[in-house]
Amino acid sequence: MSVLAFLVQTLRIATPYLFAASGGVLSERAGIIALTLEGWMLTGAFSAALGSYYSGSPWIGILAGAAGGVLAAAIHALASIRYRADQVVLGIAINLLAVGITRFFLRLAFDSSSNSPRVPGFDWFAATGDGAGSLLASLASPLVLLGLASIPTVWWILYRTPYGLRLRAVGEKPEAAASVGVSVARVRWIAVLGAGALAGLGGAYLAIEQHQFTDSMTAGRGFIALAAVIFGGWEPGRAAVACLVFAAAETLQIQLQGLQVIPSQFVAMIPYILTIIAVAGMMGRSRQPAALGRIGD
Amino acid sequence: MSPEPRPLASTAESRVPDPGAPPTRETRVPSALLPFLPPLTALLIAAVIGDLLILAFGQSPREVFALLIDGTWGNAYGLGQVLYKATTLVCTGLAVALGIRSGLFNIGAEGQLAFGGFAAAIVGLWLPGGTPALVAVPLCVFASLAGGAAAAVVPGALKAKFGASEVIVTIMVNFIVVAFLNWIVAAHLSVAEQLHTGEIRAGAVPRLAAMIPSFHGSAANFTILIAIAAAIATGWYLFRSRAGYELRAVGLQPEAAEYGGVKVGSVWFRTLVLSGALAGLGGVNYVLGYKQYYEEGFGAGSGYLGIAVALVGRNHPVGVVLAALLFATLSQGGLAVNALVPKQLVDVLTAIVIIAVATAVPEVQRMLHAAAGRKPA
Repeated sequence: MSVLAFLVQTLRIATPYLFAASGGVLSERAGIIALTLEGWMLTGAFSAALGSYYSGSPWIGILAGAAGGVLAAAIHALASIRYRADQVVLGIAINLLAVGITRFFLRLAFDSSSNSPRVPGFDWFAATGDGAGSLLASLASPLVLLGLASIPTVWWILYRTPYGLRLRAVGEKPEAAASVGVSVARVRWIAVLGAGALAGLGGAYLAIEQHQFTDSMTAGRGFIALAAVIFGGWEPGRAAVACLVFAAAETLQIQLQGLQVIPSQFVAMIPYILTIIAVAGMMGRSRQPAALGRIGD
Repeated sequence: MSPEPRPLASTAESRVPDPGAPPTRETRVPSALLPFLPPLTALLIAAVIGDLLILAFGQSPREVFALLIDGTWGNAYGLGQVLYKATTLVCTGLAVALGIRSGLFNIGAEGQLAFGGFAAAIVGLWLPGGTPALVAVPLCVFASLAGGAAAAVVPGALKAKFGASEVIVTIMVNFIVVAFLNWIVAAHLSVAEQLHTGEIRAGAVPRLAAMIPSFHGSAANFTILIAIAAAIATGWYLFRSRAGYELRAVGLQPEAAEYGGVKVGSVWFRTLVLSGALAGLGGVNYVLGYKQYYEEGFGAGSGYLGIAVALVGRNHPVGVVLAALLFATLSQGGLAVNALVPKQLVDVLTAIVIIAVATAVPEVQRMLHAAAGRKPA
């Protein structure tokens, strides 16, 4: 396998992580725990499949995916910000809800318990041969490009806009932000809904690239993305690097599976072990947003 | 045992399970019924949303709910299945509840359950064929406790030593444990072409049907007694032992407990390991009581459901047992109504119950504060 093919595959695997991790950074920097990334992605994947199937256009699918993520995030925002419910409990529950509700509507819409019918996706360039050109062309999906753009966008929002300044203040010291007239609840609502849209796009990428929705197709990717957020010390750039490292580990795993050198299960553990090491204080522990998980307004 | 001061005991009863937030001030509950208000409100909300979903599927809610009751508590087989499912949930629910009482969120019950079940199966597998059940069963039970505890050692140590978030670490350990067990079972222990270990040769726990014949065919078995014993032991530990008193003190106010001479780090470590042991104990239900082997994915989400059980059961052993029966009923009821509506409806209802409880608990407590003319915590 050529280096180029490895890089291309890594980037394709990293795309949903990049979306979800940028959402995770946005939400957690505003002080709301993003344990729900998994559920937001799954809802996004399902609604993207629905949108793409019924409209015949993957563009509508993308919009529907973002809307699905926003809808799931709205439940989270309402319960955690308005009603101050425990964010960890909510996170777990919304992930469960996403699995149940997508399965329920899968039966209702497509009368299947495992997958949707084929949905239209982006096939701008028919992959012909193994040449470098066709490999690179496989990256020319609007979702891959959006995924790459999501990280600098979140960085720009956080560090170059007045809203970003408020968001960071709200995540660190909500009392102080409130005392200078910032509406803590509104800043958090926007951050959580934005995070939902981004994670929903990550799910949309999965459904649209695979041309169908399959039951629980996010398969822990939301948790990996959250791991990347923590590993990256809540900084968009470093979180993106973590996403790429995790994706490279996964690419390696897929390649090694054929060779039978190391059991694939061990390679699959790499991101989880890295995360534990990161959380235990090798890097970034002190940088956790001070108000994370705490509704202090 | 010294008698414990009153105020602490009563705060623990009404505490919001919210380890992230600063501890709330004491809530005095005016009537005995009020603690049950949030879970009941939650059930009502879930029932209404359930009705809407059933209508969306073009069925009659009344018929679906009648079928749900009939398929669970309405006949001996259904009831047996409910009891079987509740047995594991009692263990994982107790595990989560114990953690929350100390201010810890153990999301690792899923991995601990798997590891406990695996350990019980391995010990059962290695014991020679003629081992009497009186020796084999306790050994397997001990193995399940040790296995679950082992899966909680790393999160416990990292929490105690570095203050590393137990939420993140236990989730990660879940993934690692599952990957490890899948590998070891597939590569080294599986019966040819099957993804489960060999069958335990000694020490099966009899089914309840051996004593109550009408349970015939259901998976209900005598490990339910082990789960009940675990609930009683947890209650004693929490409310009657010195260690449990320290545990609750840490859960209410770690800084104050530290000032009062409690070693918070070691309480957290001890609590997570005990919590893991309780979750691991849930494995004997399947391994000793039902299948006689460890199988990939046998827990079927019972670990995560343990969070719901603890939450609805208000982190009290009695509440946990009742909540375990409720979620076991929903789970078995899902199978019963599958002909009319997708059984996933039940997963949706379960999630809605959790969201509604989590949302209603702080809200109801604020209402109680307002009613008492006090500032909300």
